[in-house]
Amino acid sequence: MTSAVVASGISKAFGDVTALDDLDLDIPEGAFFVLLGPSGAGKTTTLRVIAGLEKPDSGTVHLTGIDATGASPAERDLAMVFQSYALYPKQTAAANIASPLRARKLPKAEIDAQVQRVAELLHIEKLMERKPSQMSGGEMQRVALGRALVRNPRAFLMDEPLTNLDLKLRVEMRTELTRIHRSLGRTFLYVTNDQVEAMSMADYVAVLRAGRVQQVGSPTEIYDRPANRWVATFVGSPRMNLLPCTVNGRLDGTGWSLPNPGFGLEGDRPALLGVRSEDLSLDVRDESAALDGTVYAVEPLGDRTLVDVEIGDRRIVIKAPPTASLEIGQHVRASVDLDRIHLFDADTESAIARR
Amino acid sequence: MATHIQPSGIAAEGIAGETARPPVRRRRRIGSAFEIALLALLAVVMLFPVLWMLETAIKDTRDIYAVPAKVFNFGPTLEHLKDVFSPDSPVFSGFQNSVIVATASTIIATVLGVPAAWAYSRFPIPAKKDQLFFILSTRFMPPVVVVIPVFLMFRDLALLDTLQGLILVYAAFNLPFTIWMMKGFIDELPAEYEEAAMLDGYSRFEAFWRVTMPLLIPGIAATAVFALIFSWNEFVFSIFLITDPESRTAPAAIAGLIGGTTINWGLVAASAMVFALPVLLFAFLVRKHLVAGVTLGAVRR
Amino acid sequence: MAEVLVKRLRKEFPDGTVAVEELNLEIADGELFVLLGPSGCGKTTTLRCIAGLEEETSGHIVIGDEVMSGLRPSQRDIAMVFQFYALYPHMTVRDNMAFPLRAAKRPASEVAERVDEAARMLRLEQFLDRRPSRLSGGEQQRVALGRAMVRHPKAFLMDEPLTNLDAELRADMRAELKHVQQRLSSTMIYVTHDQTEAMALGRRIAIMNNGRLEQLGAPMEVYARPATLFAARFIGSPPMNLIEAEVTNGHLTAAGGLKIAAPDGIKRGDRVIAGVRPERFTVSDSTSDPDAARGRVVSREALGDETIYVLETEAGLLNVRMPPTARFGEDQVVSVRHEGAAPPVYDPQSERLVGR
Repeated sequence: MTSAVVASGISKAFGDVTALDDLDLDIPEGAFFVLLGPSGAGKTTTLRVIAGLEKPDSGTVHLTGIDATGASPAERDLAMVFQSYALYPKQTAAANIASPLRARKLPKAEIDAQVQRVAELLHIEKLMERKPSQMSGGEMQRVALGRALVRNPRAFLMDEPLTNLDLKLRVEMRTELTRIHRSLGRTFLYVTNDQVEAMSMADYVAVLRAGRVQQVGSPTEIYDRPANRWVATFVGSPRMNLLPCTVNGRLDGTGWSLPNPGFGLEGDRPALLGVRSEDLSLDVRDESAALDGTVYAVEPLGDRTLVDVEIGDRRIVIKAPPTASLEIGQHVRASVDLDRIHLFDADTESAIARR
Repeated sequence: MATHIQPSGIAAEGIAGETARPPVRRRRRIGSAFEIALLALLAVVMLFPVLWMLETAIKDTRDIYAVPAKVFNFGPTLEHLKDVFSPDSPVFSGFQNSVIVATASTIIATVLGVPAAWAYSRFPIPAKKDQLFFILSTRFMPPVVVVIPVFLMFRDLALLDTLQGLILVYAAFNLPFTIWMMKGFIDELPAEYEEAAMLDGYSRFEAFWRVTMPLLIPGIAATAVFALIFSWNEFVFSIFLITDPESRTAPAAIAGLIGGTTINWGLVAASAMVFALPVLLFAFLVRKHLVAGVTLGAVRR
Repeated sequence: MAEVLVKRLRKEFPDGTVAVEELNLEIADGELFVLLGPSGCGKTTTLRCIAGLEEETSGHIVIGDEVMSGLRPSQRDIAMVFQFYALYPHMTVRDNMAFPLRAAKRPASEVAERVDEAARMLRLEQFLDRRPSRLSGGEQQRVALGRAMVRHPKAFLMDEPLTNLDAELRADMRAELKHVQQRLSSTMIYVTHDQTEAMALGRRIAIMNNGRLEQLGAPMEVYARPATLFAARFIGSPPMNLIEAEVTNGHLTAAGGLKIAAPDGIKRGDRVIAGVRPERFTVSDSTSDPDAARGRVVSREALGDETIYVLETEAGLLNVRMPPTARFGEDQVVSVRHEGAAPPVYDPQSERLVGR
């Protein structure tokens, strides 16, 4: 499979703040590729370097095999949707969408045809004569998307385009964006700090932290096989539970002990046990793999109940069926699905493999 | 580290028991009679010279010298105003020259200043803050300080008594101010518009011209007006660098009316009135931006 | 701690907008009571009336046994926690928390005791001598809570206190808030627009819309049987499926042949709207199920612990919650059936619950 974008060894500093630290990315052609990370991780900077809006201090950017490191944004043939939409305030929606085609001096008839096509695709025909100041956030977002879609660029870059929308609109637009992606089959590079968004939309996710890529993989890979503790706790809601322990024949922590299901770690090394809230159960079948604790709080969410439990000096969250009925202070026992637990080295924070 | 600590206004509402002050909005106090009287007195004192000058401009020469002074009981005349614009008027050429000099220097300052301001706003220029401060510092000193060096330079360059020379000086003085004000306006416009245009396929300049320029028109207008006002009112350089009566600007020409055995006060007043009008008009047009100009740089965006 | 009564509260603003129409609420002593609704529904106005920051147009508030009309906030013996902490930046955490007590001229020993107690409860002991600017958002919010707690007020009023925190912190603080409230048995009136927060925290939830009360009930009640279509759309994520159906022999039939269990008390031939939660549908590739409908997978969200499918069917777009192992792909044609007991059904005109 060819790569639409390859970024190699990109480093970028702003003053004495390192935004990107020797970053490598390989984005396959036609993929919906998500850059996920907290604010300040460098996702937007990466996007801007790829777009040509920022010059990296070192490293190269290749677009479909061609070295584009020195090329201007216009030469790179990329389309971008900004977080603030960046619609030209004095131009109508139609003029905004037509802008990229006018820049390329296409004949008027063709421009009109393309604008019409995009307007129908995004159901914004009635907005065409309006100016940005007369549109809602959701409408502006569609026009911004239209401006990107009117061309046939090498790739679409999106910088947190849904962040400024309210929840309901955001969920709607998510579905629509994936639908558009599927029907176009083009490469989408999408930046977000919302891990639910990443999980639901992506073919591949690159998790970024402090300017470095922590892990790249499909959403399922990132979720089921996180490469380190940071990725493990960043993806998944509620957050993965972490309990410090030492590993010998067993996994031993403060106030609990579990059999070692095959992790290869030598001696009494300090480690972190990671277990997701859905891999714990209050319905204890196997007494040998269970944790004892006290109920701290009970949160009924309708389709599930989250039970916060204190174990030793830590607090974990257990996902229980909606009918669970517990009192705070009550003693509980939770069984652990040993096939699905993770172990992280306490110093390096990397995931420890099973033998 | 979070920085969301709201000002204590809300906390002082008394709900946490901190104060006993009720959360009632205060109504504006209607000024006391004493305050009104004081303000009225001040207004009269401030405006009286202006009023007197206005009256002098439209009084017969006899009435101007009348004792006791005639405040309201005189017949107005347009004699002096006509004199200002008559072909052999000593001040008419002054007005013409002022118009030429003010307009030209403003255009130069704007054409050079706007792109410079844009560059300062958009690009990471080394020692930018120092450069900008240096640029602004030219306004810290009164023009009088550099008048003599400029005079000597102009003498060597044969620019004395020329309008071109004066235009150059005014442009040089207006340029830093233009850069400073325009940078403020450009900073307010997100760079994303230009970036979007570049990704659309426009070059950097095209992006600036098509997207940013239309939005800057009000800012440019305000800045240009300030430059115009400065050039129009400027007196020191005009007096020092131009002695030829034909090349003089209006302030120098009007000042020239005072001196000699008899002074045509009516003409002086009428000239001054005509001179002040454009400035008042322009100042009124940019009144909203006057505050922006004064506080620029003091408040971070 | 005390009970709080809102009696026929009405608030009209000078420009004519009616923020609260005629609200009656009985908040029990020691209850965590949630006011939930979209922005502009009147929940914050109600809270502010209870606090005394707004004056009611008519009706009155009772806290404990006292009628609050005319009393200033500082006289109502309540404490408020805001979205933006409102901590004094020039004081240490200890002084921030002690401030209300010192302002009330309590003896120094009592002040110290109460501050230490609150600090212990909120795990702030290590921060007592720091300034707020050196604390994280979550820590600052705990200090704000502590400052409210030391006064031992009759009730706590919380105005979206967690909205300003990022998602991870919000989940932690939510559990902590619930724990502290239950340990102290404090009366807490909590305003939010986030239905997850409302469900997790409230003993009872009051859903408000356009100044009126849509429904009042315990979380599971409101989740399982929303009283109106508004409540049905508001609570639950993904949102409840609202399906037009006709009452036929013993069940409800929707377009495409989808059969849904019917509740009692509705007549055959009636047209209703059935509210089916995403977890009450199952997707399969069976082709011979007479009670199921055919649908095409429009979107598949693999969230790790579950997969959410959006299906295009004759009955409309349906959200279905499936286990993470579900492997139906996009554009695949599948079969969707309803599982379990009769769902709540609504009259399309009145938008209210009917039946049973």
